[in-house]
Amino acid sequence: MIVLAAESAHTATFPIGPALILVPVLTAVVIAFIGANRAAELKATALLGSSITGAMSLWMLAQFDKTEAGLQFVTRTAWVEDLGLQWFFGIDGISLFLVVLSGVLFPIAILTTDHHHDPKPYYLWLMILMAGSMGVFMALDLLLFFLFFEVVLVPMYFLIGGWGHGNRVYAALKFFLYTMAGGALMLVGIVALAFLTARTTGELTFDVQVLAEHVPALSTTAQTLIFLSFATAFAVKVPLFPLHTWLPDAHTEAPTAGSVILAGVMLKLGTYGYLRFGLYLFPQVAHDLAWIFLTLGVIGILYGAAVATMQKDLKRVIAYSSVAHLGFIALGLFVLNTQGIQGAVFQMVNHGISTGALFILVGWIYERRHTREIAALGGLQKVAPVFAGVFTLVMLSSVGLPGLNGFVGEFLILLGGFQGARWWTIPAVAGVILAALYLLWAYQRVFHGTPDDDNAQFEELRWSEGLAILPLLGLIVFLGVYPKPMLERIEPSVDALVAHLEANIDDFSEPGPEHMPDRPAGVDELIATYHEAELEAASHGDDHGGDHGDDHGDDADHDDADHSDETEEEHG
Amino acid sequence: MLAQETIATPPVEWSLLWPVIILGVGGVLLVTLTSLVPATRNRSIPAGITAAIGIAAGFSLLPIYDRVTEAEGPVQLTITGGAMIVDAFTVYVTLVICIVTVLVALLFDGYLRREGLEGPDWYVLLLISAAGGVIMAAADDLILLFVGLEILSIAVYVLAALHLRRVSSQEAGFKYFILGALSSAIFLYGIALLYGATGTTSISAIAGTLGDANERALTATDDSSMLLVGIALLLVGFGFKVSAAPFQMWTPDVYQGAPTPVVSFMGSAVKVAAFAAMARVLILGLGEVSSDWRPVVAAMAFITLLVGSFLAIVQTDVKRMLAYSSINHAGFMLVAVHAAGTPDADVTRTGMRALAFYLLAYSVLVVGSFGVISLVSGRGDETTSVDSFRGLARRQPLLSGLFAVLLFAQAGVPFTSGFMAKFRVIVAAVDGEAYVLAGLAMLAAVVAAFLYLRIVVAMFLDDADAAVVHADDGAEDDGSADVGVETLVLAGTDTDLPITGLAVVAFAAAFTLVWGVFPQLGEDVLARAAEVFVLLAP
Repeated sequence: MIVLAAESAHTATFPIGPALILVPVLTAVVIAFIGANRAAELKATALLGSSITGAMSLWMLAQFDKTEAGLQFVTRTAWVEDLGLQWFFGIDGISLFLVVLSGVLFPIAILTTDHHHDPKPYYLWLMILMAGSMGVFMALDLLLFFLFFEVVLVPMYFLIGGWGHGNRVYAALKFFLYTMAGGALMLVGIVALAFLTARTTGELTFDVQVLAEHVPALSTTAQTLIFLSFATAFAVKVPLFPLHTWLPDAHTEAPTAGSVILAGVMLKLGTYGYLRFGLYLFPQVAHDLAWIFLTLGVIGILYGAAVATMQKDLKRVIAYSSVAHLGFIALGLFVLNTQGIQGAVFQMVNHGISTGALFILVGWIYERRHTREIAALGGLQKVAPVFAGVFTLVMLSSVGLPGLNGFVGEFLILLGGFQGARWWTIPAVAGVILAALYLLWAYQRVFHGTPDDDNAQFEELRWSEGLAILPLLGLIVFLGVYPKPMLERIEPSVDALVAHLEANIDDFSEPGPEHMPDRPAGVDELIATYHEAELEAASHGDDHGGDHGDDHGDDADHDDADHSDETEEEHG
Repeated sequence: MLAQETIATPPVEWSLLWPVIILGVGGVLLVTLTSLVPATRNRSIPAGITAAIGIAAGFSLLPIYDRVTEAEGPVQLTITGGAMIVDAFTVYVTLVICIVTVLVALLFDGYLRREGLEGPDWYVLLLISAAGGVIMAAADDLILLFVGLEILSIAVYVLAALHLRRVSSQEAGFKYFILGALSSAIFLYGIALLYGATGTTSISAIAGTLGDANERALTATDDSSMLLVGIALLLVGFGFKVSAAPFQMWTPDVYQGAPTPVVSFMGSAVKVAAFAAMARVLILGLGEVSSDWRPVVAAMAFITLLVGSFLAIVQTDVKRMLAYSSINHAGFMLVAVHAAGTPDADVTRTGMRALAFYLLAYSVLVVGSFGVISLVSGRGDETTSVDSFRGLARRQPLLSGLFAVLLFAQAGVPFTSGFMAKFRVIVAAVDGEAYVLAGLAMLAAVVAAFLYLRIVVAMFLDDADAAVVHADDGAEDDGSADVGVETLVLAGTDTDLPITGLAVVAFAAAFTLVWGVFPQLGEDVLARAAEVFVLLAP
């Protein structure tokens, strides 16, 4: 099934996986030997190290074989043999873009933000954070994943606590303890899973692929308990509704770079974890308990939107918008069909891009005005029209305006949701409208009107700033207009995952009270038509360039090659 | 048995006793040398000699290790007429004690200098105590075990009270002595009862007797109640030494009052020796009746984990905090002992490997952590409140960085030896199907993490008191790290610290990281040490 067949293809000669982790680590070591006062050199070193890593991740993107559903760039070395631990890294369509996103966001975050004080530890922690973020998305040994999952807490803790605003120490502590508490039982779950599997295989291993093969043989109780131990850890990280309270604090108090990475990369750990280690390892339980996560996801969408509307602090608005967006992603994951999951993966990347960009922009507003309070701002559009324009674009991407990247992801999720979990999707649609409400309202209050004396001094977007954020703007438009290159790389892996789910779920049916066996005639065709019109890009590999009469017709492959080149340029 | 007509001296294979001889005789020679040549009393000469003795004892293990690993399976060499046993586990524990001794000797150096104390007696007691620990690790007879325990303990009682000008040190020593003596008495009573129940004090012979009794299905005879009470009393004695709840009451008080380098020895070598002896007695000696003592150990682990984590978070003194953290660690190690006690050989193997790994990883962490406190706390160990760590990162970035590594490792952050140790314990617990205990241990680790983070917060994230250091958000000044140093009354910068102390801390931090990333180092030694309990278990 998924990933089992495929290690032969693209087993890279160059160990790109470990290199993506080691380069930031080595950069951190170099930084440790630079004098604490040489801020410029420190920043340049960090920028160089993160850019090299980012470039390597783009190289990987270019080398990625999009027809391959399984793992690529696999490296595997034994680590602790008596426990069966290995350094096992690999990439598939699901993790590819998350790795690339980390590779792109870190240099941009370093470039666009300022350390303010103590540059040496600041860049040191950022580099360690980058290494951890890379590792967590590539690790395919369950314990190795857990190690990276936990270790990223330390640099983030220091970044929030040392360079944050306001109530930073409290926020950092809350962030650390919430996540660690979530992860505590997961470790027991991981070990239990490995040992229960070892009873049948006779060999202790934490290899995700091997475990996935043997999980269906375990008792339902064991599966459920282990799944719940995983799910709690991920629910804190996502964050799902009742466990989200660390997020607004952490996001708001973190320094800009911290917020960017937190939103762009670290929030994805939870949803990625659900996908890779929740659904893949425990198809049956995930299916049986999907209603819980669908419900929490929908609550997150509505609750996040409602609370975001009420915030007085611009950064908090965006923080709560993350709760809503991540609710969408959770919804997409747990409908357990191709569109939903594909949309969720797409949306994970989108959210990273647009929320990351929003945090950067809010960071710049704060630099200029030393406040983020919405009431204190106003009329910025008059004095800084370009800045306002950039903000508008990014905000609309976050709202999900058609033609920008956010729309594609949300649409796919809603499409999948409507097929798989109709009664949860209907209230979720309201979230789209609410997103428009809270973001546009916030925009209106901050940018419209007449600037008072303080706001009249607001500095226009600098060239350097514009250039730094340009890659993100380019991605927002590009992925909105032409998502195909990305979707077609995600799709084979998602298809394989869904096939794995279907094969391992008894009585596979859409979760929910109503299965709608007899849809009114024409609905299926209607859905199919929509699907094709909007998402011809997402069509299955076999159908490529076929006779769908799609816009790109026979040139699909050719076009596609061009555009992936473009993607690289934009990244660079 | 005891009353023999002629005293037969057993043949002694001296070459296997080298570590004990080097440590013990080395101590005696040191005291002789420093009495005869007063010039050697001061400065770092005794520290250097002590460290050399510790290293020599460690190296003397090499030929012994070769001998115990000659064969494929574990080799047990009985010496002194069966009272002592040398096997891979003994060698491993001895090694840990030697490492600790060297590190603590180096800590003593800076400490004694700062306190203006004369030093050879400290080092002599340290060496004697270490020799006692080695005897405990090798004892195969409960009487000898008790002798080793007393050699170890009495030296440490004195060490705890040895800071003559500080009342709190004397109080700590006194408290430790009273409670320690009580627990020794209980332990001895346990030995007596065990002798009554089995007719022998030899650990391997006890195992044989119990094995025979089990074969004859005689466990329900009258003897068993005496046996059970004996085991219970032994557990109380061990529980006191490893500070397992509910026998942990003394730990925070004694740790707080005793001179800090002595605490680092108490927290490491004493616990290592006690756990080694505990494992040998319980698993090799009383393995046949493990269903009797395992629930008790589980309950002790349960309470110890809770006490060590929850009571820790209300503390405000760093030494007390780390005392509770050491209780928490003891809980983890008890979980490993509990797992190793199962009759299933595989689980025993994982459990003992976990315990062995934990002993070394934890010892180094404890020595390093208390080493930092010793460096920071200033003359007379006066300043050990969390407040005194406020803003330490600005004054001593290197020391704070190293301390942060040690604290995060104790919290169990990945890629440190502390994580690997905890992970191995969880593996053992799950392997033994003690899921609840494993879950509780992890939750306790999270609660304990709060404690370590409080210290980290104080060092790195709290702006130092305005009175001590300029409150400096640093928004304008890039080079703000050193601002305000002149106004300090506390310790100076990194460069003012005694080099030996800093070296110990740096070694501990480096060891923690290296062993955390490459935990397969020394795998063979650990496997051999654990194997002793598998193949020799009844």
